[in-house]
Amino acid sequence: MEVLNTAVDVLTAGVLGLAAEPGRIVMMLVGMILMYLGIKKEYEPTLLVPMGLGTILVNIPDSGVLAFGGEPGPFQILFDMGIDTELFPLLLFIGIGAMIDFGPLLASPFLLLFGAAAQFGIFFVIIVAGLLGFNLADSASAGIIAAADGPTSIFVANSLQSKYLGAIMVAAYSYMALVPIIQPIAIKAVTTKKERQIRMVYKPGSVSQTAKIIFPIVICIVAGLIAPASLPLVGFLMFGNLLRECGVLDNLSMSAQNELVNLISILLGLCVSVRMQAGEFLQVDTLIIMGLGLLGFVMDTVGGIMFAKVLNIFRKEKINPMIGASGISAFPMSSRVIQKLATEEDPGNFILMQAAGSNVAGQIASVVAGGLILGIVPGLM
Amino acid sequence: MSTAILSESLLILALGWGGIFVVMIIIYLVSMALMKIFPADK
Repeated sequence: MEVLNTAVDVLTAGVLGLAAEPGRIVMMLVGMILMYLGIKKEYEPTLLVPMGLGTILVNIPDSGVLAFGGEPGPFQILFDMGIDTELFPLLLFIGIGAMIDFGPLLASPFLLLFGAAAQFGIFFVIIVAGLLGFNLADSASAGIIAAADGPTSIFVANSLQSKYLGAIMVAAYSYMALVPIIQPIAIKAVTTKKERQIRMVYKPGSVSQTAKIIFPIVICIVAGLIAPASLPLVGFLMFGNLLRECGVLDNLSMSAQNELVNLISILLGLCVSVRMQAGEFLQVDTLIIMGLGLLGFVMDTVGGIMFAKVLNIFRKEKINPMIGASGISAFPMSSRVIQKLATEEDPGNFILMQAAGSNVAGQIASVVAGGLILGIVPGLM
Repeated sequence: MSTAILSESLLILALGWGGIFVVMIIIYLVSMALMKIFPADK
């Protein structure tokens, strides 16, 4: 009889544990929503699907994926090895670097400035979060969501040991997927129809292979000398780009773009769900952090547009201010959104190349922003 | 509202956003130089 009772206790422990903590059920629903968004809506599925299932797995009481028999479980081990050490986001950067063509940007380097301008949201959110009572590390971590760059957000939030890492990652990737919804609203709020109709002449300049090879090396040196804390981010990104451009490592470049990115995405999505446990995630603060991230995306867009408008005061040949909005890191989504908006206002307006250049500039600027924050914030804490 | 927090945040804005502009302007100048020194073959 006693054996039977023990067996019943063991078999019902999970259900009773779940009933005792309804927050776990809520998080399982969150996991299902993430999977729904990934599978049905195709919003960043490579990350949201593993993260969604991971969220369900970590919220099952006494989940073996977190700990088993007093030893860390597989998710915890992956988290300790890949996120705590920051290796996963960095390895992902090699693949991203191998995917980027800096050619259009080298042909029109002026667009680099829009990448800088559109990082405004990061710093706006840091100010707002500080005023809302978050400590400096959490404010900066919330701000970096506005870098519109998942790996940078993870790297910075984890380096600053923010307890909102799970929320930051969900926010960063969800908002990136929602760029086609967020940016048009923000753009239309701060531009006139006439401004959106501005046509720009594209003068493509051809770029030599030598310039393309030297470019990532020079960026590493420049960024490293000014913001050494950015070197892990910039260095891995530019290493990936060097694989692409050097012309003798095509196999490695293809592996970085495909196998490496796919493998790391699977592991990253699963293990980041360690931070999606009900006790940690279901707090008002988490929702505020996610709201701040959204605000950051909007303010990035506004910052980029305002910068373009200021430049237009001094320029004879006007810039379509929407080019400023595409200076965020979400590539190529943002440039496509800008082209779509331009076509809506004037079917013959073609500004995709300028928008793409500004978008690539945003990728460089976001990693530099991450490095600068890591260089500045710890000194103020 | 703490003025200390606000001034700290504004300092981060100035150093951070300003720093990004500095880095991007240098990269801009370097890009111009690269295009001049290594022009594409015609």
